[in-house]
Amino acid sequence: MLFAIQSLPFLWQGLLITLEVSALVVAFSLVGGVLLGVGIVYGPRWLYWPIRVYSDFFRGIPLLVLIFFIYYALPLFSINFTNFVSVVVALAAFETAHIIEVVRGALQSIPRGQNEAAKTIGLRFSQRLLYVIAPQAVRRFLPPWINAVVDTVKGSALVSLVGIVDLMLAIQQVIGRTYRPMPLYVLGAVMYFAINYSLSSASRRLEARFAYIRE
Amino acid sequence: MRYHLDFGFIWKYFDKLAWGLVLSLELALVSILIGMAIGLSLALAHTSGGRAVRSVVAGYVEFIRNVPLLLLVYLVFYGVPSIEGFAYDATTSFVITLSVYAGATLVEVFRAGLTAVPRGLIDAGKAIGLTGWQRLIWVRLPTMFRIVLPSLSNAFVSLFKDTSLASVIAVPELTYGAQWINTNSFRIIEVWAVTAPMYLVTGYSLLFLLQRLERRFVVH
Amino acid sequence: MTSSESVVRIRGLKKSFGANRVLDGVDLDVHKGEVVVVIGPSGSGKTTLLRCINLLETYDEGSIRVDGVEVGFRDGAERARKHRSDRELARIRADIGMVFQLFNLFPHLTARENVMLGLQKVRGRSAADAKQIAEQWLSRVGLGDKFDSLPGQLSGGQQQRVGIARAVAMDPKVLLLDEITSALDPELVGEVLTVVQELAKDGMTMIVVTHEMTFARDVSTRIVFMDGGQIQIQGTPREVLTATSHDRLKAFLARIEMKHH
Repeated sequence: MLFAIQSLPFLWQGLLITLEVSALVVAFSLVGGVLLGVGIVYGPRWLYWPIRVYSDFFRGIPLLVLIFFIYYALPLFSINFTNFVSVVVALAAFETAHIIEVVRGALQSIPRGQNEAAKTIGLRFSQRLLYVIAPQAVRRFLPPWINAVVDTVKGSALVSLVGIVDLMLAIQQVIGRTYRPMPLYVLGAVMYFAINYSLSSASRRLEARFAYIRE
Repeated sequence: MRYHLDFGFIWKYFDKLAWGLVLSLELALVSILIGMAIGLSLALAHTSGGRAVRSVVAGYVEFIRNVPLLLLVYLVFYGVPSIEGFAYDATTSFVITLSVYAGATLVEVFRAGLTAVPRGLIDAGKAIGLTGWQRLIWVRLPTMFRIVLPSLSNAFVSLFKDTSLASVIAVPELTYGAQWINTNSFRIIEVWAVTAPMYLVTGYSLLFLLQRLERRFVVH
Repeated sequence: MTSSESVVRIRGLKKSFGANRVLDGVDLDVHKGEVVVVIGPSGSGKTTLLRCINLLETYDEGSIRVDGVEVGFRDGAERARKHRSDRELARIRADIGMVFQLFNLFPHLTARENVMLGLQKVRGRSAADAKQIAEQWLSRVGLGDKFDSLPGQLSGGQQQRVGIARAVAMDPKVLLLDEITSALDPELVGEVLTVVQELAKDGMTMIVVTHEMTFARDVSTRIVFMDGGQIQIQGTPREVLTATSHDRLKAFLARIEMKHH
């Protein structure tokens, strides 16, 4: 057991990489997902199918396939990103598709009458979005979004397969040196659990707080 | 871009992809069936059990759902045999892992489904004199299944995509086949240009078929 | 605008949903201070007519002018006319008020805030002014003690009265009322109709789609009967409700009478 504790600093470095990858992916996918999600619900007709195809494509393939593809194929196009960048790009593209669906779900769950009533008092599109739609959408958006963040953290473990030394690969490397897989897997599981469980608890508390808005 | 598309190698070894796809589907199917058994038992235990039972079930669900599947795959394949002297092959190991994973997801699905059974139906069952067990089997479970059918369909397709992780422990499913072709031919674009659509078409076809099935059974 | 010009002027209005011709050539004038009640069987196009006036629905052919301004299109030759942008529509809609069957109050805002929103963001009032005006109107509709209530805490009748206050506070040129009591429990209908009656007395120009025949008879200055996407007959309440010559109207009124007994 002692050696497991001794490996903590090394695992900690891996954890930081995991968090860094996750944070970047969450940030990019949030911006991209919200923009494209609003675009697909409220945008002009010609935006609908391209966004729809993007979303259905990236949600229809396994993340692992996407990561392998980006990792191997980008250099062929003379795009020489580092491993790190490639993998963040792959994960971000994947998560954005999921966020689009979360945003879409949140926006479409708002009754049409709300947008109509907002139009009726003379609000422009940007005003309707800001004062009427968004406040109601946020409450429906946050819980599934936090789920998506948890999925991102879990998905980040796949970067270990293309050589990024995140928490997952750090665990593998320690096992490679010590030949004691189980304690390390358990320790790693605890570390992932700590991050993700706090996120899901926060989500549950948010859901409870917003329950007062019952239509 | 100096790259000539050449699908020759792919077609030559297409059986690796085709049989890989079949294995992926089998893995998903077995896992969801076992997962449903686990999920349903635990959901029922949770609904009718005391605090201790509820905590254990919740603990299991929370643990599995907050840990990466990849880690679970490694834990079962490398970790468990090292302490218990179990020995199983990669495929069995993966099925165990994915079933346990599916079970955790489905506990929530079944719990929600059970609570969604209209009280009126249960009361009607009591009124005609059915016992608790009879109500469970003849009223609550059938109704619950119709309610959760859409979630089950989605879970199944999800599991199908998750079978790609079996490739990391050398289970010869679709992604493994694709990677084999990739590393042995470097026909990167071609192999993923064939594999990605295989996942897409299979996944969406399954969803479509399951939705058609739902229409006959689903309670809204 | 001379006093004889219409507040709302509709000519040759046609609208289809796919293959379904919902409005088939409607002509209508509504003058200042009039209360025009539109009745008719479901599917007759009366709600669609209302929703075209503030362009919640677009129209295919014809013209709708509110206070002289064409609502759906920038002026131009009939064939070449362009649809209005969202900004233009917003400005036009600010002068047209609407009250909905399902209230459509903003659930995250209090009653006061629901009324203030348009005043601040569209009329450009300061927060203090908007608050005062909102409270005045809420008091006038009998909700002086509900300023801080959320819609979820109000009864249907109360919510609808907030809806009326919200629409009227914007000082619209015409008020559109779309079956505003149809979703209310019977005992709550009266409080809402009383408010509308007072607005009518104060000279608000209104176009009302309703099934409430007593209201139509007592409050309206003109009743319009629609069927099959066209106006079949219109006139004063007495003229229309006692008309024995018009078959479809008679049949419709008979059905309504049976429902209320």
